[in-house]
Amino acid sequence: MSNPENLRYSKEHEWLSAAEDGVSTVGITAHAADALGDVVFVQLPEVGDQVTADDTCGELESTKSVSDLYSPVTGEITEINEDVVNDPSLVNSAPFEGGWLFRVRLEGEPAGLLTADEYAAFASGS
Amino acid sequence: MTSTSSHQPRTTALDATHRALGATLTDFAGWDMPLRYGSEREEHQAVRDRAGLFDLSHMGEISVTGRQAGALLDYALVGNLSTLKPGRARYTMICDERGGILDDLIVYRLGSEGYPDYLVVANAANAQVVLDALTERQSGFDAAVRDDRETYALLAVQGPEAAGILKSLTDAELDGLRYYAGLPGTVAGVRTLIARTGYTGEDGFELFVAPEDAPAVWQAVTAAGESVGLVPCGLSCRDTLRLEAGMPLYGHELSTATTPFDAGLGRLVKFEKTTNDGRFVGRDALEAAAARAEATPGRTLVGLIATGRRVPRAGYPVVAAADGTVIGEVTSGAPTPTLGKPVAMAYVDAAYAAPGTEGVAVDIRGNHEPYEVVALPFYKRQR
Repeated sequence: MSNPENLRYSKEHEWLSAAEDGVSTVGITAHAADALGDVVFVQLPEVGDQVTADDTCGELESTKSVSDLYSPVTGEITEINEDVVNDPSLVNSAPFEGGWLFRVRLEGEPAGLLTADEYAAFASGS
Repeated sequence: MTSTSSHQPRTTALDATHRALGATLTDFAGWDMPLRYGSEREEHQAVRDRAGLFDLSHMGEISVTGRQAGALLDYALVGNLSTLKPGRARYTMICDERGGILDDLIVYRLGSEGYPDYLVVANAANAQVVLDALTERQSGFDAAVRDDRETYALLAVQGPEAAGILKSLTDAELDGLRYYAGLPGTVAGVRTLIARTGYTGEDGFELFVAPEDAPAVWQAVTAAGESVGLVPCGLSCRDTLRLEAGMPLYGHELSTATTPFDAGLGRLVKFEKTTNDGRFVGRDALEAAAARAEATPGRTLVGLIATGRRVPRAGYPVVAAADGTVIGEVTSGAPTPTLGKPVAMAYVDAAYAAPGTEGVAVDIRGNHEPYEVVALPFYKRQR
């Protein structure tokens, strides 16, 4: 599975889009979605919530397990993906597109994130 | 998600087949087994609506043969196996002296065409325990216990289309093969013990074949099932299928700490046995357990259906919604494709066990989510 070149990646398997007007989109990678199996429930932060880089901000439930969702950056939630709340299978079917999770207004520059190639190498070793 | 086990897991005769299909493999009871091939929810639904093909070669086969094979099994297990007719199968249990469940088993009575008098099928994780117990209990009986784990690979074809698929591949008279029966025959020209058993809540078959024949039988069933939508299925959907069907899983609903009576399966324990003057391992403890269950019902195995979407998992406390008092524990839980809601099996205090009991919740990581108490199973197929 290929990781889009224009995204940045965390070691918790989230992706972050390049900021537009200071706002980035966050989701989980295809690698993570595949490892989870069919996602059946997502709990996201609420609009207006403050999230902190590397802290948990939600949960993803799959058939077999529940996993914490980590924010790859610090900032304020500006939007959540209601479509994915109503149909969590979007995380599996379109992790980099329709399965995005939330948008966040960045506070400061994102740090410690990986490029697509770096993430691919990291993920293949995990 | 990855195994930390230091020794290599065992692989089944179908390992190369699974890898070629792109299966996600998992270490299950020391075996490298397919967890899923694609979406486990689609695999689940395929078994409910059409058909699924499983590799169950990790299951442990033990043969019992000899003049007193039936008497030995009457003594070693809780059921009446000596009265089982050739060609029939029975769901039963093996207990320790304290009445604790060592494993749940399917026992086939065979005794023709080169098959042993009885074939005992144990869970993978318990196969050695069962083998050791049977070997120890064999003493004094004119019967032999043999480890046949390497003798058989086991495939299962499950779902409403299973009979139609198999009919095109076998000379065996499937219409005459009842649920919980088995007969020797051929599938795709290969010597096969064909059993009408399963763990999915659907009609279906389990096929015992020589390991070297397993890939050919797998391919033949796959080809024969293609037009009706048969898909390969992993252990993940097997778990949600059996959960919907209200079937217990060893290590979850069943353990050495539970007796068959605790698990609501006291009907499997036959105190009236015609062999060994009615003696069997665990008898005294099981009589006490039966009396206890009658006099003061303890925790009872029930079904719980979620009103929300959070999934209960094994080990989560069941609580009284009113004050948070712990009244039970979840033993298995999953989101269920057929019902579209999370469900659980749980042991709850008798006062909360009646279907429709109000005020029951599951503590899901600190949140008390309301749950409806229902009778098991969650799903029953239309015959």
